[in-house]
Amino acid sequence: MKLNELTIKEAVEGLKGKKFSSVEITQACLDQIEKHNSEINAFIAVNEHALDEARRADEIRESDSNSPLLGVPIALKDIYMTKGLRTTAASKVLENYIPQYDATVVRKLKDAGAVILGKLNHDAWAHGASGENSDFGPTKNPWNTDYVPGGSSSGSAAAVALNMTIAASGTDTGGSIRQPASFTNTVGLKPTYGLVSRYGIIAMASSLDSIGHLTKTVEDCAIYLNVTAGNDPMDATITKNRIPNYLEDLNKGVGGIKIGMPKEYLGSGLDPRIKENIEKVIKKFGELGAEMVEISLPHTEYGLACYYIIQPAEVSSNLARYDGIRYGYDRSYFGDEAVRRIILGTFTLSSGYYEAYYKKAMQVRTLIRQDFEKAFEKVDAIISPVSPTPPWKLGEKVDDPLKMYLSDAYTVIANLAGIPGLAVPSGFIQHQTFGAGFIGDLPRSDRGLPTGFQILGPQFSEKLLFRIGHAFEQTQERRICEI
Amino acid sequence: MIGLETHIELKTKSKMFCACSADYSGREPNTHVCPVCLGLPGTLPIPNKTAIEWCIKIALSLNCNVSNISKFDRKNYFYPDLPKGYQISQYDEPFGLAGWIQLKDKRIRIRRVHMEEDTAKLTHQFGTQNSKLKTQNFSLIDFNRSGVPLVEIVTEPDFENAGEVTEYLQKLQQIVRYLDVSNADMEKGDMRLEPNISLAVSEQGLAVGNKSQQPKAKSQLPPYKVEVKNINSFRFVAKAIEEEIVRQSEILDKGETPLQETRGWDENKNTTVSQRTKEEAHDYRYFPEPDIPPIRFADSQISNIKSQIPELPDSKRERFVREYAIPVYDAEILVRERSDADYFEQTVKDGKKHNLTPKQVANYIINKKPNIEKTVPAELVELILVTQETKELDKEELEHAIELVLEENPKAVEDYKKGKTQVLGFLIGKVRTLLPPNSSSEGIRELIEQSLK
Repeated sequence: MKLNELTIKEAVEGLKGKKFSSVEITQACLDQIEKHNSEINAFIAVNEHALDEARRADEIRESDSNSPLLGVPIALKDIYMTKGLRTTAASKVLENYIPQYDATVVRKLKDAGAVILGKLNHDAWAHGASGENSDFGPTKNPWNTDYVPGGSSSGSAAAVALNMTIAASGTDTGGSIRQPASFTNTVGLKPTYGLVSRYGIIAMASSLDSIGHLTKTVEDCAIYLNVTAGNDPMDATITKNRIPNYLEDLNKGVGGIKIGMPKEYLGSGLDPRIKENIEKVIKKFGELGAEMVEISLPHTEYGLACYYIIQPAEVSSNLARYDGIRYGYDRSYFGDEAVRRIILGTFTLSSGYYEAYYKKAMQVRTLIRQDFEKAFEKVDAIISPVSPTPPWKLGEKVDDPLKMYLSDAYTVIANLAGIPGLAVPSGFIQHQTFGAGFIGDLPRSDRGLPTGFQILGPQFSEKLLFRIGHAFEQTQERRICEI
Repeated sequence: MIGLETHIELKTKSKMFCACSADYSGREPNTHVCPVCLGLPGTLPIPNKTAIEWCIKIALSLNCNVSNISKFDRKNYFYPDLPKGYQISQYDEPFGLAGWIQLKDKRIRIRRVHMEEDTAKLTHQFGTQNSKLKTQNFSLIDFNRSGVPLVEIVTEPDFENAGEVTEYLQKLQQIVRYLDVSNADMEKGDMRLEPNISLAVSEQGLAVGNKSQQPKAKSQLPPYKVEVKNINSFRFVAKAIEEEIVRQSEILDKGETPLQETRGWDENKNTTVSQRTKEEAHDYRYFPEPDIPPIRFADSQISNIKSQIPELPDSKRERFVREYAIPVYDAEILVRERSDADYFEQTVKDGKKHNLTPKQVANYIINKKPNIEKTVPAELVELILVTQETKELDKEELEHAIELVLEENPKAVEDYKKGKTQVLGFLIGKVRTLLPPNSSSEGIRELIEQSLK
């Protein structure tokens, strides 16, 4: 196995056992980036000090055996503030912006010894579900470069899938980690709102933004959360709860665990191939000893409408500071999607409309939260599809924002309720254009396109989600993406 | 009808939402700044607990209701002194609601007391020579003030004239100084005033003029409102109000309605100048600040804050009158500053052993204005005692002196009896020349008058 293909766990073990050095892993990742980034466009910028950082990690290994990510190369979505390292939000507005400080999570990752490979592409300002809204060009799905990798954390997903990095950070405001994870055969976590600090990460919609990550395995996802979770005096919305060890229950299996399947989620609008896939997942959990229970989340159908009121309202306020007076370029540099959301949000917050839109949406949000509270009285966790469709082709939806918004239908609910969601790969499905006769003709067609499902749990139940996700993952074969 | 919005800058150690020092007065520009108060990308606010407690203290001192739950909101507007593009303020759930301040003859209702953050400070340079040999106008921004805690106090439109406004402001200033939460210095900008002035004319006149619908207004409220900004002294607020009353009266007398607008006080021209009319009014698009969870207070927390409120000027004044038997006038002067009042009480206490009466102490403090920072109360007692000694005139000696003066000045006595009472001063002067220096003139006038009857 090539060093860039390692998981966090394998990398940490190998580094500790001196099977290889951080410089070697970092170089392997940099080589992979060098080889494929021009086509995939996952990275906006590579950190030119990455090898220096790796060298330093190797040097201090003798004296430091506690740092959990010492020498492990990772990459950051380019809306994480990195001191002295350009941070663009994938927008021309901040094309040359050099932050004065590190985001709390970046500091925690550095303190844990991680090596920063670079900054990852995404939909500008995290607005999008395909990666195509980036002002630095779209990212392509490494499993089939005609297809989108999902978004907004498009570069994060593509980079992890193609082993350009060992793991990557992302943000999830309405599905921006889970959906690209499911499009690229990677694991993605949207943590509970208030579990991971938002300080130093460019805000999209402050009451929905969750700071998570994408990894190659569920176990890696838990290792990473062990580093990023917990109290931060710079974020007033962070929990003061004690943070558990997320690896604790990983191998306990799902025997006796009650898993809910919301009946509303298998309704119209769900692609039959996705439906078939999720049914296989349900069956598998049954075999593993979980108790599968049908539940109801009656307000699901209002989730998307509610989300597309609250989110643009907060966006319109959060983007107000980018006026070009103190830093960056002026407002004429905003792309269409940002402008669309600023206008939508400004409208719904205007006097006379606030009550009808924003206030009402907040009331619906409470109902959605209550749906989950009731559901979690009956079940320990819930599983559902991540995206109603498999990945689509680049350009397919760019002119139809509404269609693009609809792909968030299953994911926004967790953000509105503030609960955690873990996207886990559940195999590959054939896409429409390949009829039976074509499969052998195209070089990548036999792989199909990845899909995944999500596990939702009560607030701060990440440990349980990892346990359930890990149990399922053990039944699947890990596939290495090759171009 | 006049309503008043007053901003009071708190003197907390740190700013409202970050750890920067809030003491920016006289500091080099942009030295008290951090990513948070500069509004840099990714930053988040952490509310200052002391500032919130002080705001509640002010609200309670102004007899407001303080509820158990409150929150911050975003007030969205664009201005270069506002780096986030919104100000964190409070909209529909302020810390204090429905209070009042008692003036001599009436009660001014307080609508709300809320907490917000100050903006940066803009300095506009006109026609300054630029290094590139061009004369340009430009503006400088100092972010030292950005994020300093501000409390806004809004009254109902209960004032009828400038005098009431001045009285209210003096009281408010006294209260916040008593609470020791702000220097409330107008010139330094610790206290900023924005009066809203509109005139209600006769019933008939109003019926004609009342075109616009004001949802919450009483039927008597005029259909427009003029807000005046840029006022930096109590004197100017009185002048601005008087000017506005004249200006608006003239417009109304012509049968027209004054424009709804914001005007600025022009110190040089001694008048108000239009700044912004209703058409340009802001829609602030308020919504709950998602970065700060709602703030909950237990009853015990509120009562704990209440218990920290010192005795305020009004009750202190009443107590002084009651406890020390001094005139209301004296008490009022003594309670203006908390330090003076405390000094008075300590001196009374120390003087008791020497049989000094509170009135004697009050007289001395009010008339002689001793430097209370340099003279400790015990020393002051000594000083008063020395004066008292010289004052205690032998009554017989005084009567003798008067007798002598009256005998020596028969013409003056005759004039006085004819009704020329002003000669009394002449006679008092003569008497005083016969008395030891330093003696008080107290009682001389009365004794002469008695003798002349």
